[in-house]
Amino acid sequence: MATTPLARSPRQRSIVSRRVRSIAPSGIRKFFDLLASMDDVISLGVGEPDYATPWHIREAAIYSIEKGQTSYTSNYGLLELRQELARHIAGRYGVEYDPRAELLITVGVSEGLDLAMRAILDPGDEVVVPDPCYVSYSPCVTLAGGLVTSVSTCLGNDFKLRPDDLEDKISPRTKAVLLGYPSNPTGAVMSKEELAAIAEVAERHDFLVVSDEIYDRLVYDGEHTCFSSLPGMKERTIVLGGFSKAYAMTGWRIGYAAARAEIIEAMMKVHQYTLMCAPAMAQNAALEALRWGEEDVREMVEDYNRRRRVMVKGLNDLGLQTFEPKGAFYAFPSIASTGLSSEDFAERLLFEEKVAVVPGNTFGRCGEGHVRCCYATSLDQINEALSRMACFLSKLRS
Amino acid sequence: MNLDILKILEKDARVEPDQIAVMTGLPVAQVKQEIAQAERERIILRYRTFVNWEKAGAEQVWALIEVRVAPQRGAGFDAIAERIYRFPEARSVYLVSGAYDLAVQVVGHTMKEVASFVSEKLASLDGVQGTTTHFLLKKYKEDGEIMEGTEDRSRLAIAP
Ligand SMILES: Cc1ncc(COP(=O)(O)O)c(C=O)c1O
Repeated sequence: MATTPLARSPRQRSIVSRRVRSIAPSGIRKFFDLLASMDDVISLGVGEPDYATPWHIREAAIYSIEKGQTSYTSNYGLLELRQELARHIAGRYGVEYDPRAELLITVGVSEGLDLAMRAILDPGDEVVVPDPCYVSYSPCVTLAGGLVTSVSTCLGNDFKLRPDDLEDKISPRTKAVLLGYPSNPTGAVMSKEELAAIAEVAERHDFLVVSDEIYDRLVYDGEHTCFSSLPGMKERTIVLGGFSKAYAMTGWRIGYAAARAEIIEAMMKVHQYTLMCAPAMAQNAALEALRWGEEDVREMVEDYNRRRRVMVKGLNDLGLQTFEPKGAFYAFPSIASTGLSSEDFAERLLFEEKVAVVPGNTFGRCGEGHVRCCYATSLDQINEALSRMACFLSKLRS
Repeated sequence: MNLDILKILEKDARVEPDQIAVMTGLPVAQVKQEIAQAERERIILRYRTFVNWEKAGAEQVWALIEVRVAPQRGAGFDAIAERIYRFPEARSVYLVSGAYDLAVQVVGHTMKEVASFVSEKLASLDGVQGTTTHFLLKKYKEDGEIMEGTEDRSRLAIAP
């Protein structure tokens, strides 16, 4: 095979940096390519709402464009949006953020994660990340020069992070723990008391908490606890929040970070040189969402909740042990009883019955033995997917 | 009455009681009993199919009729409203505030049929002081449903 001139250069240099090479390619890429070549697939592999953004939000953005609001905004984001956001957070969670210094509008939680890591990490600093977790967490840490320390969570404990397990992973280089509850992929939610126990560890060992609360509105049983609302935690927490899931606004690329001024200032520094500001039209849409989107959220959550119950019961009835997800829109059944690995299960299910799910190991080692099934899809599709899975399993077991 | 059950059925009347039970977290027996009760009390009036007749190729002519009436002593508008809603041609009858009193939707096969219904049956009723007929030229949206053109809601089939 011919090699490119660069690869033969005397210093054997690779074009791609060591840091980027060290990041594993996404495990779901393979499924994506497979899926693209198949018809009649029911996908439970999606990761976003099945609603379009509510019309009044779209309309507000269109109007803002018509009015010519098409310029850069403040690096921090529109002040009006930050003020509305401050009111919103204070109203929901009782935490006061100064809209002028403690809030930053980001290009989704995705950017917020990157900014948070780049703002706080020095080379060799460690970040503790629960396993399984959202796929971006570890790469964001690595790309910022940090080291990932995984801490296992398991079905037996409803995939919640236990303070003792966290404490075991603390070293002098631990800079932060990265939490994501409600969780993608497990749907796990941590109660106020459970989070307070994590806060206590953070306090004792003096590290930061980066809390990805993008699913804060998608909680079905009880109330979401904003990490910074815990006593003494506002100072050591970076809350990352979004619009993607609650208001069905994934394509708008808009989110926010809330933290004490020193941290927001540092994140803004990176943001201003890399992104400048979040899209102006998306910011206007977000403003409309905060002001008038409450009824939409309520209705969507009500609907997700119904489908959640159908999915979870359906999976359990199939003999796939599934704990009750209390938030987000994923069920995370154990497929251990089939004896297949997550990837084999997902691949065979796709080929044999044309149902797409995401293999659990995509989200970390502890996700092995599980698959992620998103229930943000129509009831008909959920029922059809469940009956196809029933066929698949009965063939497998016979 | 459990509103959750009604909301589910309003969206899709075909959802079976055992599915509704799972969706709401209620026992099946209770769901069945509540539905039966709702039917009995005419909270649930009917289960029907929403058809786009135009697309199906059937000729239909719709009109909105504004009806001004003189309320009757003792019966107010109810008596005259009943005289009107008993005609099957009147598909809906509302008492409204404003410049007229009753808003009536009428359907027929031809414009002539609708027009003669209005002049001969509606306008000639005792107590009806006048009517204004608006023929529908196009239905964009009815009962929350957009008649033509849907949004292209494609999502990434697999996303992290
Ligand atoms: C846990 C979690 N965090 C962050 C994101 C990214 O969100 P955003 O659209 O705001 O960038 C997602 C999207 O799937 C997610 O599941």
